[in-house]
Amino acid sequence: MHSYHIDHLQFLETEAIYVMREVAAEFERPALLFSGGKDSICLLRLAEKAFRPSNIPMPFLNIDTGHHFPELNTFRDQRAKELGAKLIVRTVEEAIAKGIAVPAPGEVSRNRLQIPTLLAAIDEFQFDCCIGGARRDEEKARAKERFFSFRDGFGQWDPKNQRPEIWNLYNTRINPGESMRAFPLSNWTEMDVWEYIRKERLEVPSIYFSHTRCCVRRHGQWLPVNTLVPPKPGELVQEMVVRVRTIGDIISTGCVESPASTVDDILTEIAAARVTERGSRADDKSSEAAMEDRKKAGYF
Amino acid sequence: MSLSAPHPVDLLRLNTCGSVDDGKSTLIGRLLYDSKSLMEDQIEALERSADITGGGQINLANLTDGLRAEREQGITIDVAYRYFATPRRKFIIADTPGHIQYTRNMVTGASTSNLSIVLVDARLGVIEQSRRHTCIASLLRIPHLVVAVNKMDLVDWSEERFLEIRDQFEEFLPRLDMKDVKFIPISALDGDNVVTPSARMPWFGGPTLLEHLETVHIGSDRTLDGFRLPVQWVNRPANPTDPQLHDFRGFSGQIAGGIARVGKKVILLPSRLCSTIKEIHTSEGPADEAFSPESVTLVLEDDIDISRGDLIAGLNTPPGSSTELQANICWMHPRPLQTGRKYLLKHTTQTVQAIVTSIEHKLNFTDLGAESTPAELGLNDIGEIRLKTSKPLHFDGYATNRLTGSFILIEQGTNATAGAGMLFAPTQLVKPEYADFAI
Repeated sequence: MHSYHIDHLQFLETEAIYVMREVAAEFERPALLFSGGKDSICLLRLAEKAFRPSNIPMPFLNIDTGHHFPELNTFRDQRAKELGAKLIVRTVEEAIAKGIAVPAPGEVSRNRLQIPTLLAAIDEFQFDCCIGGARRDEEKARAKERFFSFRDGFGQWDPKNQRPEIWNLYNTRINPGESMRAFPLSNWTEMDVWEYIRKERLEVPSIYFSHTRCCVRRHGQWLPVNTLVPPKPGELVQEMVVRVRTIGDIISTGCVESPASTVDDILTEIAAARVTERGSRADDKSSEAAMEDRKKAGYF
Repeated sequence: MSLSAPHPVDLLRLNTCGSVDDGKSTLIGRLLYDSKSLMEDQIEALERSADITGGGQINLANLTDGLRAEREQGITIDVAYRYFATPRRKFIIADTPGHIQYTRNMVTGASTSNLSIVLVDARLGVIEQSRRHTCIASLLRIPHLVVAVNKMDLVDWSEERFLEIRDQFEEFLPRLDMKDVKFIPISALDGDNVVTPSARMPWFGGPTLLEHLETVHIGSDRTLDGFRLPVQWVNRPANPTDPQLHDFRGFSGQIAGGIARVGKKVILLPSRLCSTIKEIHTSEGPADEAFSPESVTLVLEDDIDISRGDLIAGLNTPPGSSTELQANICWMHPRPLQTGRKYLLKHTTQTVQAIVTSIEHKLNFTDLGAESTPAELGLNDIGEIRLKTSKPLHFDGYATNRLTGSFILIEQGTNATAGAGMLFAPTQLVKPEYADFAI
């Protein structure tokens, strides 16, 4: 006889499963955004649990900026194959070639360009709801997000005009052309994600763990040296023992010096951490409202 | 933040409410700052904006005011959620704005809370907003209330002033159904009694705010009587490779009340047919029992047609059933609610048509009285209404079960969420179709 006690991870899990099932039941053509990153790995496990013994009743969608860490794409493809899921990949490269995404003169980052690429994919497959792994603790604008985030015909988020979400009664109704983003992990923190990875013994890409990598110091961060991030004249390339804490594009994701080689090590490291996860993402630092602006333009 | 403790860690959900400039965001900033939940880059960002716009003064409110318009106007316009943890508990804070026009956000933030903090400016004492927020917390049946008397630094840390405000509250509290109310004098700006006890208010013998948040008993806040499973999704594997799954037919949902057990007799609504729970699939695999709020998939002994929106309930604890409903409603849309208007009503997992048949009362926050038969309910009004639905709802009174006793009204066309309703206890309970099934 147990005590009918529910701990915080069980609470977050049942809430997330409930949101996933609402998506499956209320939308005709949902998709699950799967990047191979730690948050979407948790999403995938939650989806398995929500729908088993059935298969996950929606395809996976990934927008490949062309600047992904190769380890991530390998992991993404492998997981989709294991689950027998349909994986749809749309690339920024392709979107640029088709004129869907137009880079500004000299624009190197693919951050902005993934927005029109995502919107074009939603349009191509007529997805009415995309499930994403965004969390409210990540960033100030995200802290204002709903579980079900309404997007107009242009994919835009209007933070001042959001639908109130009361109890667990999610209003999922949309008109043709409009769409929804659903965020089952809204209430999860970075710590919760790693605790869940530990509890569920989830496999994650190797770059989350300590490894040796050549880096340069730039804007107060250790950036991994590669063909997209060549060392500038005068920069010292150093071989470092690092891991990534959050994965964005290879050109904007900083590595952190870390000996953490297991999930337990990572949990200990996060517990003692003095900077946030997104502190190593240059894309969020460009201005105080960087994320807000991207979301208003249609970013997930 | 600390490492996850070896024992299971509770989650406490709370919301803060008060009027403009009562210092809500500052209080949350203080809780995060003093409990060492703030990170260096967040503090750096605060300092950066302090240098640019704040004349060098760190503004803790900037932590929660995440939208550009909020920072520009120095206000909170939408519910912001913040997360922090101590070794004893994890916390989710909904920061809900105090502007009168944003009361709907408070209802949003409070609807999932175990505890509400109502902030009062020690200089101003109880104002209409304080009554409004306390009254909403009571209507939403938030189990625990904390009245944080803030800005004690501006009233010379006066015990007399604190007691005066407590008396003002206690004048109207008996009219509200609040069981657990705690008063704490604080200074969010200086941190007194937020995380660390105040040396300047030695007369206060109670716990600090954080101590109270860490220890308030929330175990009994959930509903473990009256089994309820609103069916969310019917699980029928498509083209299963395992032949055993060919006939699998499971009913998925989150248990909204009570306990499911293998062998338990259940009634299915709306059909009123009875069956027995054969299998329970939880997130950890098959189990003999599961309880609210677990998400499960049930398999029943009998092959009965069940779809999304149906309710599986304990046979000996049936819910009410009716097309005619009485409810308190908080109106959240600029277009007022009027008698004769039609809406979509979402209750648990089903959505039906509903028409407003009458508006009985409108709540007046100045004296907490009720205005009879008002012409309409406007944005941020709270009142009592009657509704008629196109199909019967199977429901409980909100006081008994928050999940099976609540609904939202959706405006057709715009799809706006226009109102949040709390049902009165049913006058008639469901009876099973065949009497011999009755226990």
